[in-house]
Amino acid sequence: MTPLAAFLIVAALVFAIGFAISLTRRNAILVLIGIELMLNAANLNLIAFWRFGPYPEALTGMMFAIFSIAVAAAEAAVGLGLVIAYHRQSKTTDLDAMTRMKG
Amino acid sequence: MIFGLSIIFILTSILTVAGALAAALLKNLVHCALSLTVTFAGLALLYLQLDAQFAGFSQILVYIGAVAILVVFAILLTRGSGIPEYRNFSTSWFAGLAIAAGIFALLAWAVLKSLPTSVASAAPQVTVQQIGLALMSSYVLPLEIVAVLLTVALIGAVIVAMPESRDPKSNSTQGGAE
Amino acid sequence: MKISSAFWTNLDQVFVLLQHWIEGFFPQWLQPAIGTVLAVVAIVAAFPGIFALTTVLERKGLGRIQNRLGPNRVGPLGILQPIADGIKSLTKEDIVPLTADAAVHFLAPVVLVIAVFLGFAVLPVGRNMVLVNLDAGLLFFFAIGASTELSIFMAGWSSRNKYSLLGAMRAVAQMISYEVPLLLSSVVAVMITGSLSTVKIVEAQSGFTGILPHWYVFTPWGFAGFVLFVIAALAETNRSPFDLPEGESELVAGYFTEYSGFKFALFFLGEYLAMFSIAGFAITLFLGGWGAPLSILGFIPSWAWFFAKLLAGILFFIWLRGTLPRLRQDQLMNFAWKFMLPMSLLNLLVAGAWRFLGDGWSRWVVCSAVLLVAYVLLGRVLMHHQHLGARSYRYAE
Repeated sequence: MTPLAAFLIVAALVFAIGFAISLTRRNAILVLIGIELMLNAANLNLIAFWRFGPYPEALTGMMFAIFSIAVAAAEAAVGLGLVIAYHRQSKTTDLDAMTRMKG
Repeated sequence: MIFGLSIIFILTSILTVAGALAAALLKNLVHCALSLTVTFAGLALLYLQLDAQFAGFSQILVYIGAVAILVVFAILLTRGSGIPEYRNFSTSWFAGLAIAAGIFALLAWAVLKSLPTSVASAAPQVTVQQIGLALMSSYVLPLEIVAVLLTVALIGAVIVAMPESRDPKSNSTQGGAE
Repeated sequence: MKISSAFWTNLDQVFVLLQHWIEGFFPQWLQPAIGTVLAVVAIVAAFPGIFALTTVLERKGLGRIQNRLGPNRVGPLGILQPIADGIKSLTKEDIVPLTADAAVHFLAPVVLVIAVFLGFAVLPVGRNMVLVNLDAGLLFFFAIGASTELSIFMAGWSSRNKYSLLGAMRAVAQMISYEVPLLLSSVVAVMITGSLSTVKIVEAQSGFTGILPHWYVFTPWGFAGFVLFVIAALAETNRSPFDLPEGESELVAGYFTEYSGFKFALFFLGEYLAMFSIAGFAITLFLGGWGAPLSILGFIPSWAWFFAKLLAGILFFIWLRGTLPRLRQDQLMNFAWKFMLPMSLLNLLVAGAWRFLGDGWSRWVVCSAVLLVAYVLLGRVLMHHQHLGARSYRYAE
């Protein structure tokens, strides 16, 4: 197994686990944690392909990953703000109870 | 070297995947957030092994130093440290698990079946100066857009999470305050 | 007796020569590892040693400021007090509350101490004396510093104690708020040097014009950056006047409350070591690192200058702790977001203007004028709503 394939398998595993968290857990914050894991796995993919690709001096993969880190942080902030606002409204973070837009 | 991979890589990836699994399976929400932090640290170590030092240190600074603390604060503000009154896993958990396992199988099959690309064995010597020059020349548009995006996200998160003011008619006479 | 310059050079590099000599006993392939291990051992021995000295200095110094003697029983003038403190903390019973989260409660001081020791890896203690010369050294230090906030939260939450949690949340809010001015005020030194490597930043300040050094603190933007960095550093390490999270009169001991014995000593050690490393970075970024203040004093070894400056910084922090009253939480946050952040952003602009105006007296005048005017205006605007009248006294009837 080449090192590139090993990194990609690890990234796929972390992505799958993040996906499973987003789909199976009931707490809204854990869903956001799963989304962060998926974004991190994608970053690992980017950096691995940058390192083992043909043109590492063009810095494309690294730049993409850095911008992705910044955007993911912003998205986590907004998502958590939404969860806090919803909790203030209905005193719960249970996703299975957030079935209506009323309120 | 096991399977042609270094020991450090195997240990770091075990740490990362174990942290992700712990975040999936633990019941206490703060424990999940802390194992997420372990996953972030493991990923930063993986970036360092890929000679992406700037990305690795940015990962520690942004994810562990900011996103993990955000998650933990959100858990505290929504009182996640007590026993939740609902069950941990949703009723359709098996379907979610099956889909996630299917995705992993697909990705792993795609990786292992594709032809090995030409492995660039020389480590690219990336200095921070090169990254700065690239940010200011080729990537200046994404940089400015990300700046605007971060400002918008900051203001938006504050407005969304801000409690509503108590009295809507707040321009009543305040008296001679000035 | 004339001492040759070779003697002073050898004295300057004595630790490097010692490291090479010990490495010489080992085979060629093992030498880099042995060198690193020796440097790590030196860091782990030296900085806790300074910690022991600082505890004595702090207690005696604070005692004198507060018109009392401080510890004077153990050893002459109380110098051996750290040994007594160490024995006490090692032999005290380790109490963990029944409802506390045992794993997180145990790991919190460990995480803090590991993170703080990692931060010493990029500190240039002398000429050629840095553990790892990272290209992004400063970014590494700030990234590791951000990880210490998580250990404070872990300590506060795992104790299942209202006071600990409150102290931990206050401490994390304070550290996050002050991290932005800390990073921004250090960016000016990076801008002018052109590199994030701590070794290059110190080397860029090692020149002399005539007899005066090229330290960044002697420039307008450097002075403003230094002041902002030191204030933010005080807040980052929860030192007075920003020690509300561990205010003894308010929160028992804040997030430390449920820790006893060796874990408390680890927290104490971690806090003080964090103070040393951030003071060391203030010296590296603005005060010329291991450089001598006057060119004629250049013969004194570089590591001696670094530790002398570090000691001066520590004494300054102790002096501040004994003199200034504590800031309230809302005053603290106001100060960070409404004063320090605009000043650090303005400092960035001023440093850029410094670079563009080129050599000459005009850039000194312009930069100093902009910073002074901004300081006065911002101070006036912020104090506008605070009505400070004459002091009034109320006596019991």
